[in-house]
Amino acid sequence: MPNGPLVYRQRLLTRITHWVWAVCLFFLMLTGLQIFNAFPSLHFGKESGFDYNNAILQIGAVDTGGNLRGVTRVLGTEFDTTGFLGVSDGEVRAFPAALTIPSKTSLATGRIIHFFFAWVLVGTLALWFVASALNGRLRQLIPGPADLRALPRDIADHARLRFHHTGEYSVLQKLAYASVLFLALPLMILTGLSMSPGFNAAAPWLLEVFGGRQTARTIHFLTMVALLGFFAVHMAMILLAGPLNEMRSILTGWYRTDGGKDV
Amino acid sequence: MFDRRKFLLGGTALALSGCKVFDSATDRDSALRALFASHEGLTMSAQRALIGDRIAPEFAEADIRQGQRPNGSVDPDSAAYRQLAETAFRDYQLTVTGLVDTPVTLSLADLTALPSRTQITRHDCVEGWSCIAKWQGVPLGTVLNLAKPKLTARYAVFHCFDAIERSLSGEVFYYESIDLIDAFHPQTILAYAMNGAPLPVANGAPLRLRVERQLGYKMAKYVHTIELTDSLATLGFGKGSYWADRGYEWYAGI
Repeated sequence: MPNGPLVYRQRLLTRITHWVWAVCLFFLMLTGLQIFNAFPSLHFGKESGFDYNNAILQIGAVDTGGNLRGVTRVLGTEFDTTGFLGVSDGEVRAFPAALTIPSKTSLATGRIIHFFFAWVLVGTLALWFVASALNGRLRQLIPGPADLRALPRDIADHARLRFHHTGEYSVLQKLAYASVLFLALPLMILTGLSMSPGFNAAAPWLLEVFGGRQTARTIHFLTMVALLGFFAVHMAMILLAGPLNEMRSILTGWYRTDGGKDV
Repeated sequence: MFDRRKFLLGGTALALSGCKVFDSATDRDSALRALFASHEGLTMSAQRALIGDRIAPEFAEADIRQGQRPNGSVDPDSAAYRQLAETAFRDYQLTVTGLVDTPVTLSLADLTALPSRTQITRHDCVEGWSCIAKWQGVPLGTVLNLAKPKLTARYAVFHCFDAIERSLSGEVFYYESIDLIDAFHPQTILAYAMNGAPLPVANGAPLRLRVERQLGYKMAKYVHTIELTDSLATLGFGKGSYWADRGYEWYAGI
């Protein structure tokens, strides 16, 4: 356990925006799955193929003689996902009630909650970007040459679950946080906007960049899966690096660093 | 170790109950719903500021790779509509009324004699799918100008032949509305042809609306009357359209 001095590691704005984003992403994901359930199929291209096939993922149900079976088709390969995807609690629905907000089927409600938190996310992200560019915090998240030189060592340390508790982020932390803030979240927002027929009129070029509305929808979904992966690793790292110390730093800002010797 | 497991189980329970907690947002009158829906005005203003009078993307003939997927009503069964359909809509009449100086009625022949616009556009359903098709019709602005809208008119309301639901108080016919900004947009047309053929019944024959910068449910099918009005308060439950009255956004730009 770290036994060195407490350092003030997380500014108030970082702590507030961190928790606002956590709440936003929780709602955005579960309402997103509600919205996805209205058309549980992902396609590549400008439109959804009905008379031809451009789907990469389809979640559906088949009735095998009074017996409902959930079927998930990924790139042409079928999986029986009864009980989780396609059919859950004897009901035909792509993602189960436990993973959607609201739990019952309501596309309209899923949409208003989704767009409400989309605005909150965009607003707080914009605020954080401006403030962090001004106070220099933004640069601390971008790995420099020294960080990249330390990368092999940092990977080896993480693999051995040896964590260094300093006031600074390690290079893997920088890479993880930077890829969420500079890549995943902007990609989420831009692919989301690309699904808007109104926004398409404002920025048709963005639609071209993503290769059409249905590709944008697919990227939106896959980025959600990537963010879920980040969340899983984030939770695992907190538990392994010392949950109390990590929670203290993201709640109060104060973080206990290592003493003179490495643990 | 024990604490860690308890923490994880607690987290799962929260996630499971978390979803049901927000089910009250599905009630039309809930305060929670009102809070979430509070973004609608902001969304509309932001979109309007960004798009101005720009046009929706148009596509090439080669992008038409399939028929237009029909949705919602696909075969209205009202007696009046059946009779019109059986005679190839020879007796069909579009009425433009409400806050206008000269109400007009137009036959299909009158409408097709007016200058038309043809556009290949993408139809985006609120469910999430898209379909590209070619639409030909009269710009709505042309038709409205024939009736000379009064200065007080703010919205165009579309009354349709298709009964989308049967309630205790009778049939509920589809209704939809747009404001005059969208009504006079060059791509907003009353379409009578699709993919080079007369509009099929499943897609809204004989006349349907196209509002290319909004979602599919705004594009009323089977239109028989256009009413100009200054308020949507007395239409349906007061939200301006069949689906807006059922929780969807009235401005469907996203």
